[in-house]
Amino acid sequence: MKKGTREFTNFLFVLPALIIFSVFYIYPFFKVFNLSMHSWNGIDPTMKFVGFAHFKEVIFDDKAWWSSMAQAGYITLWALTFQNFLALLLALACDRAIRAGSVYRVIFFLPPILSEIVVGLVWKWIYNGDFGLLNHWLSMVGLGYLARDWLSDSSTALTAIALVHCWKGFGWAFIILLAGLQTIPRQLYEAATVDGADALKRFTNVTVPMMIPVFVLVVILTILGTMQGFALILAMTRGGPAGHTEVPVIRILFSMIKYRRFGYACCQALIFGFILVCISFMLNRVSKFFKQA
Amino acid sequence: MRLLLGVFIAFTLIFGGCASKDKAVKKDRIVVWHWMTDRQEAFEELSKKYEDLTGIKVNFELFSPPDSYSQKILAAAQAKTLSDIFGVLGEKIDVASFIKAGHVVDLTPYLEENEAEWKSRFFTSALAVTSFEKDNAFGVTEGTYAIPIDLMNIQMVCNNKLLRQAGIQRPPQAWEEFIADLKTLKEKGIKGLVSGWAETWMIDCMVSNYAFNIMGEDKVIKTIKAEAPYTDSDWLRVFKLFEELRDSGGLASGVVTMDNKYAEQLFANEKVAFAFNGSWCVNVYQGMNPKLDYSVILPPEASDAYPMKIWGGAGSSFYVNARSFLSKEAVEFLKWLTDKEQQVFLVNKTKNLPSNRQALSGIPKELSEFADDSDSITHPNMWPFQEYPAVIEAFTKGVQSIIIGEKTAQELVEEVQRIKEKEIQRRN
Amino acid sequence: MNRLNKIFINTVIHSFLIFVGLICIFPLLWMLASALKTQQTVFKDMSLLVNSPCWSNFYIAWTKGNFSMYFFNSVLYALSVVFGIVFISSLAAYAFSRLKFPGKNFIFYMFLAAMMIPLPGSFVPLYVLLVKLGLANTRTGYIFSMINVGLALSIYLLKTFFDKLPRDLEDSARIDGCGRLRIWWNVALPMAKPAIAVVTIFNTLNVWNEYILALIILQSKSIMPLQKGLMVFQGAHFTEYPVLMAGITITIIPIVFIYLFMQKFIIKGLTAEVLLG
Repeated sequence: MKKGTREFTNFLFVLPALIIFSVFYIYPFFKVFNLSMHSWNGIDPTMKFVGFAHFKEVIFDDKAWWSSMAQAGYITLWALTFQNFLALLLALACDRAIRAGSVYRVIFFLPPILSEIVVGLVWKWIYNGDFGLLNHWLSMVGLGYLARDWLSDSSTALTAIALVHCWKGFGWAFIILLAGLQTIPRQLYEAATVDGADALKRFTNVTVPMMIPVFVLVVILTILGTMQGFALILAMTRGGPAGHTEVPVIRILFSMIKYRRFGYACCQALIFGFILVCISFMLNRVSKFFKQA
Repeated sequence: MRLLLGVFIAFTLIFGGCASKDKAVKKDRIVVWHWMTDRQEAFEELSKKYEDLTGIKVNFELFSPPDSYSQKILAAAQAKTLSDIFGVLGEKIDVASFIKAGHVVDLTPYLEENEAEWKSRFFTSALAVTSFEKDNAFGVTEGTYAIPIDLMNIQMVCNNKLLRQAGIQRPPQAWEEFIADLKTLKEKGIKGLVSGWAETWMIDCMVSNYAFNIMGEDKVIKTIKAEAPYTDSDWLRVFKLFEELRDSGGLASGVVTMDNKYAEQLFANEKVAFAFNGSWCVNVYQGMNPKLDYSVILPPEASDAYPMKIWGGAGSSFYVNARSFLSKEAVEFLKWLTDKEQQVFLVNKTKNLPSNRQALSGIPKELSEFADDSDSITHPNMWPFQEYPAVIEAFTKGVQSIIIGEKTAQELVEEVQRIKEKEIQRRN
Repeated sequence: MNRLNKIFINTVIHSFLIFVGLICIFPLLWMLASALKTQQTVFKDMSLLVNSPCWSNFYIAWTKGNFSMYFFNSVLYALSVVFGIVFISSLAAYAFSRLKFPGKNFIFYMFLAAMMIPLPGSFVPLYVLLVKLGLANTRTGYIFSMINVGLALSIYLLKTFFDKLPRDLEDSARIDGCGRLRIWWNVALPMAKPAIAVVTIFNTLNVWNEYILALIILQSKSIMPLQKGLMVFQGAHFTEYPVLMAGITITIIPIVFIYLFMQKFIIKGLTAEVLLG
């Protein structure tokens, strides 16, 4: 085959994906981009062109937006560290083919399956200040002075939400990491053992290098999932108290549904997406650097 | 390559097999879109009855929750595929946009015919929300554009048993009395007031109740028109009330991050003595605790300068699609639906306040306690001017801040005024 | 000594796993308990043990929620969407990982960017487009929209795993004269089984729980997915909690089974055997 035809037939592999993507994503994307430069309430037959005024307003004049960004960033930090560390520990434990491992694997995946309605109801009950389980447990072990209304206290609300988010999200990180661990050829471990490497050495010399691409994947998916997550927060606090648990997607929804500023909501979404794209490209660069190192 | 072909054929077969053809839209039935989950069963029974009577089929299509429903009608409005009858969720300005875009039939001629027989069935406040006066600020032609099927209003409910337990003889009528009651309740270890104040519109509601009570309608409207500032001492007084609420220690914990459904659970299970809630709660409390003994009161007055006003009006209204081939039939159906008989049926089934005044007799006691304050009803949708959403967000969130002790009323009014001025500037 | 050490380590590991497991299982138990209570007792009596279980809630949920019809629809959507996504995205991911063609990086980064940018207002143009294509209120329209939703993430996930897999086997297959498609199907896909299992679980869950897009695109009750049945129990003001919990319990059972089935592929990834063979 000639090189040209070969590359063309290679291209056929991505063609189905590209066709669906062009129709169902690129077309709406350009519409949304167009909307972001118009003032429109979602219903009127006409819309007013405002140029980059919305972009200017979001970037320089929307304090609530940027604090929602910071709050989502805070939750993401928890997810990146606490959630993923926990997931890695559990995945390593389950990768060792311990007894009853399959039971654990099923149980750890329950939180991602459960609907936000149930999760919201249960955790609101746990965190409630008057009748909550957490305060009850705290007073049982003599830490009653710590008791508070966890979701309405501005100093704890965001962390409380972040913990529930980690709880609901670690199952995903867990199975992706487990899948990654399982694709490491066993002979590599055997060879390392023959060379006299102990468990820690095997981890640093075999597991970690083999897992770097999967770590990057998990990090990017965590950032994506956490920054874009909102259903849990709506179910638990609706962004309150006084906006302390608002995240960007909630702001976008409010702009759209509450304030009927469609153009503005689209503009917020584009800026939000642009920031996420920048972060993930940076991460990709960093990971390439590590791979070469 | 043969493999690729095989897989593709299998794939298209699977798709082809499950792809149902776009059925031609049936024109033999009236389609109604709505979001009222709790009424779907009653609606279905009514539509069966209507078919027996007239031979005309009516399909009630339920799309819930409300947020998703509004997205659906927005999309359908753009593609001009709205149903024959639909509900619009939103503020008056949204309704105005629907009308201006030509989606809605002006129902005034139907309401006025036969010496306004249809119109006279309704409470005045019920029609006010969807009516536009001459030369209104929205630029909509004068007229009435929707038919209310039920009413609602928002008041204070109190648990009689808990009040007795705390030795409180009668429900409070004045604010000072209310605060004193909250303190008494607190001493007895009973939680005082609960409401779904994570839903900021309920804060907006309470704020405007007391604004009307303290400074009167004229001054409120003047403030909205930016002819009076929020830093005025009367407004400060309104927000100070929330400081007093906080300091009384009588607010159920978590009130600012609670949705109203959660607040209703607490009140229904007799864990809190007072709730600020709407007339729909009769149905909710009935479901969770049929033995709950409670009465309905106006929010206790904080001043005797002006009467207390509460939010209320049409709970849900139906619009007729101007592009429908069945608009005449749809109007006839709505007429039938708001007849006394059907309204009584709906009240009994769903415990909402009827929009037809003749259906009022024989409703449950608690519901009638909600109904008898219809003189005090107001709603932003009835005011000639509406406040900017950003300003509403500022003071509702600000009230949350006051309750969690982050801000003082003084700081709040200054901030609200700043945002108000910014909004005016942005629009000029 | 060595044995004692091992027992100690295992105890530590197990108690840690059990602790995390308990926290995960608690809401599930609460949901099951609530599904057996009545509207009057569900928030009054918060215990996990139910005195007189109200099994009829499950029956009510099934019939009132019209589950038999919606169940069929959801299974159909889940099957066709997941099949479509796995097929399309594994082809594309393989090409991004192994093959050369012009614009490769650009197209890949475009997918990556699409994953990151939410399009809040896009349901309006999407719906208008579907109406123009005659695909509004059809199963096909909904299926393609949902394939698009899961596509970018699946491509990215699969590409990561393809990149990670050793190429020796593919090279030897090429020397044996296999074409690219044969290699993709016979060599690459079997090796990436754990990743495909993850993609399958992820997208099944996504389709199974999707509701808003269905609500906007579809009108006829007869082609609505399962989540529509659940909405009957939660009104703007009134929610029938026990029946809702029973309904949610019913809807998550199939997901648990799919997960149980797929996670075997995650664990017993054939990689090792393939490489040894």
